[in-house]
Amino acid sequence: MRELTYLEAIREAMQQKMREDSNVYLIGEDIAEYGGAFGVTVGMLEEFGKERIINTPISEEAIIGVATGSAVTGMRPIAEIMFSDFITIAMDQIANQAAKIRYMFGGKAKVPLVIRTAGGGGTGAAAQHSQSLEALVAHIPGLKVVMPSCPYDVKGLLVSSINDDNPVIFIEHKLLYNNKKCIQNVPRQMYEIPLGKGDVKREGSDISVAATSYMVQKSLEAAEKLSQEKGIECEVIDIRTLRPLDIDIILDSIKKTGRLLCVEEAPIFGGFMGEVSAQVSEKGFNWLDAPVVRVAGRNCPVPYSLVLEQEMIPGASRIEKGILNLLNKT
Amino acid sequence: MQKTENKKGKYIIIDGYRMEDKFNGLDDSIKIEMLRKMYEIRHFENETEQFIIRGMIHGTCHLYIGEEATAVGAIYAINDDDYITSTHRGHGHCIAKGADLNIMMAELLGKRTGYCKGKGGSMHIADVGSGNLGANGVVGGSIGIATGAALTCKMKKNGKIVVCFFGDGAANQGIFHGSINMASIWDLPIIYLCENNVYGMSTSVKEAFNIEKISDRKCAYGIEGLTIDGNNLVEVFNAVSHFTGECRAGRGPVLIESLTYRWMGHSKSDAQVYRTKEEIKQWVERDPIERYKKILIDQKILTEKEDRDLEKEAISQIEEAAKFARESPFPEPSEVEDDVYA
Repeated sequence: MRELTYLEAIREAMQQKMREDSNVYLIGEDIAEYGGAFGVTVGMLEEFGKERIINTPISEEAIIGVATGSAVTGMRPIAEIMFSDFITIAMDQIANQAAKIRYMFGGKAKVPLVIRTAGGGGTGAAAQHSQSLEALVAHIPGLKVVMPSCPYDVKGLLVSSINDDNPVIFIEHKLLYNNKKCIQNVPRQMYEIPLGKGDVKREGSDISVAATSYMVQKSLEAAEKLSQEKGIECEVIDIRTLRPLDIDIILDSIKKTGRLLCVEEAPIFGGFMGEVSAQVSEKGFNWLDAPVVRVAGRNCPVPYSLVLEQEMIPGASRIEKGILNLLNKT
Repeated sequence: MQKTENKKGKYIIIDGYRMEDKFNGLDDSIKIEMLRKMYEIRHFENETEQFIIRGMIHGTCHLYIGEEATAVGAIYAINDDDYITSTHRGHGHCIAKGADLNIMMAELLGKRTGYCKGKGGSMHIADVGSGNLGANGVVGGSIGIATGAALTCKMKKNGKIVVCFFGDGAANQGIFHGSINMASIWDLPIIYLCENNVYGMSTSVKEAFNIEKISDRKCAYGIEGLTIDGNNLVEVFNAVSHFTGECRAGRGPVLIESLTYRWMGHSKSDAQVYRTKEEIKQWVERDPIERYKKILIDQKILTEKEDRDLEKEAISQIEEAAKFARESPFPEPSEVEDDVYA
């Protein structure tokens, strides 16, 4: 085993799938010579050539339309949308076409399409390059939504997403790509992590914390601190795939802890954790000792100034406070 | 359509493009089959209108009456295993591509035996196996999908091409621009066939465009393109045939504007306040079926009696389809969440 960054793990998943299956190809803006805005596809043009690493004009709607049409006719495209904010430009193709084709056609077509996109803030890129729009896509039947939080998961989940016969929105986090704090051992061989399975990243018996993407890392940070300083043991659950959602892993955890804190980066109003909270209330009320509480983004666009941005997006200290409040240990 | 003699034989000129009269070389049986397809479309739509009047269509329908020559002429100019994408006004394309009339009609009535098991309805009929990548409820929604299918053809080197049908309205959607530009820079094997039927719902092309010909937009993409009489089956067939070879050879996309007219309202709830009876009458006088029938009779390919028999056969086929649809079962409510995911 050797250690890889999140970005390297993504690239390796794509390279290994492309070597194995000639129907897999990449399409997106600046992914060839430039290697993608975040450098994920660096070196792939040299190995696979411009026929399979397809650089496009700046036309997000057409990128997803073309990828969808090629998926219906036998290819397995991986479309890169540079910033997740730009999926809104392609929304007809995502929401009305890719997501609906199978159902509208009575199950007689499949759309094996992966849309890889960089989500999340913390980079000072402000309102149009920092959003967490996962709730928007997770709401649409026909789409699968994946948000990996670490290098090991991102490789296995991307391989599964490419192998899946449905459109998958694969949301990567910009602050994870080259994050030296979460480099991990990643097996060299290709492996799958099934979509629809969450993962307990840290075991604990006092409280359950369910989080997505970069917020898993921040939750783990808060959990370590509380363990060392106050002896509070948090169970941190990485949701990993928002749709299909593994609600059982959360229910199993609250049977043990009786309390659930949900953490996400998106604005709290209408966020995905509202769904988690509702399902836990409906299915796990008897095991709860307190209401489900959410720690999430503030109800505003992502601001530019560092001071404001840190106020908008939850960090470890806000998660820590949320945990203490829920345990009545303020 | 002008004709010119030359020592090699007969050429025709359509909108400045000189091309071979490939229609002329077709077997009579194919020429007759195309007339039969037009009758099937016309009577399928008449029957559908009856279903609408009787309240048997749950949603809406967009009828193709008056535009039959475009679908039939274009689809008979490509191979059976080539791809098409269609529009919300898609019954004609679907029938021309060889769809089963019974299964189509069952879908319109929301029946389990329909193409989409009752989940799609009129605007979503597809038959991916036969190359029909589907009607589309979003104006312009299929232009990207068609372009993606053309990318598959190029990547798999399978020799297939795509005919992408869309209306004048779709030519003002962003996806039109993004897709045709990509097809042009990558030389994709696709024919963009714009059915200019004069109105996008109620908005006339005069209001929606500041150019004479939609095909003039070819200049923006550096591709070939022309405007044809979409109510003349022979012209549609020849124009599309002319470009299929170029497309298959990897010499890029084409933009064909087919001038036609929908006789009926936009959908079942259209009071048609935006156009005059006189205008409709002028277009009805250019009925694509009457014009094509006359050509076949004048050329002695068909007698008047054979023509009447052909139409009768089409009518009885449609009656059969309507009966099949009426007698088919509705889906079970328990099937509602089936087919969301593969």
